[in-house]
Amino acid sequence: MENTNTILVNPFAKTSGKGKDIKETAVVGITQVAVLLIIAILFVILGIIIYQGRDKFSWEFISSFPTDGMTKGGIFPALIGTFILVIVMSIAAVPFGTITAIYLTEYAKENSKFAAAVRFSIRTLAVVPSIIFGLFGLGFFIQFVGTGMDTAFNGGELHWGQPNILWASLTMALLTLPVIIVSVEEALKTIPRELREASLALGATKWQTIKKVVFPGSISGIMTGTILAVSRGAGEVAPILFTGAAYYLATLPESLSDQFMNLGYHVYIMSTQSSDVEKTMPIQFATTLVLLILTLSLNLVAVVIRSRIRRKAK
Amino acid sequence: MNSPLPIKQTFTKESLKKQFRLSEFLAEKIISSVAFLSIAIIFLIFIFVFKESLPLFSFGDKAKTEIQTTTGAEVETYGAETSTEEIQPETYGAPAENLEPESYGTTTEDLNPVVEEIAVTEPETYGTVTEDLNPDSASEEVVAIDEKVTGNKEGADKTWSTFFSTEWVPVSDNPRFGLIALLIGTLKVTVIAMLIAGPLAILAAVYTSCFASNRRKEIIKPIIEMLAAFPSVVIGFFAMMVLATFFQDIFGYDSRLNAFIGGVAMALAAIPIIYTISEDALSAVPKTYTEASLALGASKAQTAFSVILPAATPGIFAALLLGVGRVFGETMIALMATGNAALLSANPFESVRTFAATIGSEMAETVFGETHYSVLFFIGSLLFIFSFILNAVAEFYVKGKLIKKFQGK
Repeated sequence: MENTNTILVNPFAKTSGKGKDIKETAVVGITQVAVLLIIAILFVILGIIIYQGRDKFSWEFISSFPTDGMTKGGIFPALIGTFILVIVMSIAAVPFGTITAIYLTEYAKENSKFAAAVRFSIRTLAVVPSIIFGLFGLGFFIQFVGTGMDTAFNGGELHWGQPNILWASLTMALLTLPVIIVSVEEALKTIPRELREASLALGATKWQTIKKVVFPGSISGIMTGTILAVSRGAGEVAPILFTGAAYYLATLPESLSDQFMNLGYHVYIMSTQSSDVEKTMPIQFATTLVLLILTLSLNLVAVVIRSRIRRKAK
Repeated sequence: MNSPLPIKQTFTKESLKKQFRLSEFLAEKIISSVAFLSIAIIFLIFIFVFKESLPLFSFGDKAKTEIQTTTGAEVETYGAETSTEEIQPETYGAPAENLEPESYGTTTEDLNPVVEEIAVTEPETYGTVTEDLNPDSASEEVVAIDEKVTGNKEGADKTWSTFFSTEWVPVSDNPRFGLIALLIGTLKVTVIAMLIAGPLAILAAVYTSCFASNRRKEIIKPIIEMLAAFPSVVIGFFAMMVLATFFQDIFGYDSRLNAFIGGVAMALAAIPIIYTISEDALSAVPKTYTEASLALGASKAQTAFSVILPAATPGIFAALLLGVGRVFGETMIALMATGNAALLSANPFESVRTFAATIGSEMAETVFGETHYSVLFFIGSLLFIFSFILNAVAEFYVKGKLIKKFQGK
């Protein structure tokens, strides 16, 4: 085989001549430049933000409240607000996403139109602009569900019918749902068919098989999905612009019906609506740095877990 | 000891079967109904975003009640009205699921007779209402009423007529909602972003899937996908603080934040999407294509650009479509880097205002139920429909073509 290969390839390669070789390297070079350019841009962004934000970045910055009309101090409430947001979001999105993924891999038949519709809706959810989720959160959660709850339980007194953590988290949960579904589905697909068949052959029912065989095997996928979703949710700002994020709060949120501060939103308002943009520049860069560290490190963890799953599958 | 066993066995077999079937049935039904929720969400999003913009479609009647309530300055009556509206979402929900516009048609038809009745019986009340609205411009008012005696379309029609103007002045005595200005701004940014992101991402994808060694591939892919993990607010911030100054030093234009900066920043957001999907499409081209081409004496570059790339065209087209979708609806970058002025010019170095940024920046300032509020939701439904169509095209058209191609037509 090897001999025939060399005989076949070599004469053609030689006839192509030197002029073509230059063209060849040029073409390959251009594509290589594109790759290098993208990677360079990525590291330039990272580098500049680290460089500009490093002075201000400290434990004190992370753990203290903003002071003097947000021109000094730290970002503690924004950080806590982001944490609460992603936790409530995960509680809502992870079970929902996992069950949908289980449906798609375990129950859906190959030619089922319903499953195709579910898949299509999930992909649509993934491409809907994030601002639309914000509008939906305002129109559905706040104006419809919230106001409805107020009229039903509070006698019309405004309590749930306004922006708060719960509505922002649920809005964010919808946004991150596809991320979770895709990760869990991918993990479920790596579980060998033989395991399922063995379980069924031993007399276990389908649900028992899912519960005892398939689900434990998908835990890593659920973790990856959750981490990726948290990373996404921590960074998105558009959906929470009018569903719960607050400009400035002197206290931490105490219940789900409170508003909250958010890292990404903090970056946005500090850089566009701050009283003194020049003066607060270090704070802005440091906040961006914190946000970037948060999202990128989460993403890195997810990538590591995912590559481990993939290796196991092979 | 011996006697119960066989009895139990015979009984358990049957009872077990039935019991388990019930729980199995329940499990399956619950799981598939949860899966159904994701379809429901899509419909809910459309219905509720569109619902808030409905006042724009009720020509005449609703606009009138709005005026009356706002002039009366009674919040309670208004609240009651909206709650009755919201109690019956099923009326919108059921027909909208069939995706038929008739439902809206019928509602407006229902409204029309009422409008006519009012117009016939008491035209004076209408005049007084508008006089209450802006008593300062009395002379203008008379002319306006004269014009409107026949039409009786203060709110909705007027808003619609301003949609095609070129001015976006939502907050003024005479608000104009010129969607054309916003559309041009959005298109300008999208074109700039795609001109940068498209070639760059596709070339990078070609390198990764056709030229790079496996080891390089494993390094390059995660790094570029890492760019997707950058929150858009971070990219917007970077563009605003660093890129804007950098490019202003080079080109020396006047407005620091403009369509070009916004386009560059959005390209950064679109690159990972276009790259990932086109890389997948290129890798999905059967190896036999490559081998056949190489065996015929083509070089690697020739194979990549005249065999693999054409074969993967539908996939790359899908990648570009989804890239456009991302840029079109991107909010935070547009808010921070484009300057947010709805100017109408072909110059890429002028500030622009995009659809998404308009929603993002103005929604917080609007009052629930205002025309401005409805217009923003209307823009939202346009964005939603647009991204839905893009995704549907990318999904069905492209996938069908790809499958046909690889299965030998």
